[in-house]
Amino acid sequence: MSEFVKGNVVSKLIKLAPAVILFISVLNEIDLNYLEIFSFNFPFILIFYWSLRKSELLGYGYIFLAGIFNDVVTGFPIGISSFNYLLICGFAAYLRTITLRPSMVKDWFFFLFTILVVNSLSYSVLNIFFSIDLNYKNLFFNIFFTFIFYIILGNLFLLYQNKYLKESDD
Amino acid sequence: MEPSRDDFIIAIRSAFLKKGTKQRFSLIALLIFSILLIILGKINFTPINYLKVGINEILYRTAFVTSLPEKYIGYSLKTIEEHIKIYKDYSTIEEELKEVKSKKYKAEFLEAENKRLKKILEDITYSSKSTIAKVLIDKQSPFLRSIIINKGSKNKLKKGMAVLSDNYLIGKIVEVNYTTSRVLLLSDLNSRIPVSIEPGSIQSILSGNGKNSGLIQYTKNNDFIKTDSVVYTSGTGGLLKPGIPIGKILNNENQNNVDFFSDFTQLRYVQVSSYTEEEKK
Repeated sequence: MSEFVKGNVVSKLIKLAPAVILFISVLNEIDLNYLEIFSFNFPFILIFYWSLRKSELLGYGYIFLAGIFNDVVTGFPIGISSFNYLLICGFAAYLRTITLRPSMVKDWFFFLFTILVVNSLSYSVLNIFFSIDLNYKNLFFNIFFTFIFYIILGNLFLLYQNKYLKESDD
Repeated sequence: MEPSRDDFIIAIRSAFLKKGTKQRFSLIALLIFSILLIILGKINFTPINYLKVGINEILYRTAFVTSLPEKYIGYSLKTIEEHIKIYKDYSTIEEELKEVKSKKYKAEFLEAENKRLKKILEDITYSSKSTIAKVLIDKQSPFLRSIIINKGSKNKLKKGMAVLSDNYLIGKIVEVNYTTSRVLLLSDLNSRIPVSIEPGSIQSILSGNGKNSGLIQYTKNNDFIKTDSVVYTSGTGGLLKPGIPIGKILNNENQNNVDFFSDFTQLRYVQVSSYTEEEKK
């Protein structure tokens, strides 16, 4: 009986991991933003991957809340990050709908298109409506490294998915 | 042509309008809610401001706790690095200390003389009140440079107050909550401070460049500004006291960059100061 309960708790924790990592990442500096030029948007990668591959693990409500937290921590106007994150979910859901045979490389390039659109939209809003100046060089490098890191982190997530989440599917 | 367009529309509708499996909220509803929050935030809708202050209070404390392990590793590495460096720097520092001590006595004399002369001229003298605050969060977004401190309106902090570290200006308060405040660092792209560059008493504006240095703007002729000139607050606008040291000029081709005296990545405790003009007797 106790083993059954223990197994159940572990399985729940495994399933909750993407959401927990998302919240830790918005409250911490997993994205290495304190380094000069080199920075990447970890939440973008995490949200896109899990919304594409296993959307039921990362609820839209959690993503919205994580966005609010990120806005508060980084000092952006409230709602901006939630909008970005949910838009990424939308793009991932679209790709999921039109894809018959998933491929990591195709996902990767669609991710580049997604972050270009999302970042353009978000920074237009910040600049036009909130008069917040932005460093375009930083923005470019952020998009570039986020794109590069997707394939690395995506494969790590895939390993995790194959190892721990396959059994719960069966 | 027509069927592929239909497919596209169906896919979009399915992605955005259909509630996903095991999803409690619809994506489009949350997107609309986010846009609503952005608009209400833009028009300074009061309940949104209260919501923001409430979330700030809870989240700043939570973020402080969650970032403790990472901060501890960072500080430990820094301590080891500094210990190694101490042995190398010891003899140089000793000589510098002697020089600084003699300069300190001179400065004290000049300060007293300056005060006395200002009184004779009936010029403005300033008195200051300071509060020491702990840095709760120093998460640097690649686009915004700010920190969160553990003092707020409860401690009589107000927007626009100067924030110093080791007597060097590092920024000003831009957001005040009940027990926390946000400090916009001088390195932020949106920071603008009136400054005076010595020698020459050149008046200018210092803005951030989004990295760890500043940029001197709106000077008529850059040739008058020399490398290693010191940048002080000018006091124009009345918010800051004149003469607070900020950094040194680094000439970089056609523009004058400012190397700040304080390291903004290593802030742990800061001093929040407000200045008031002293009454003339």
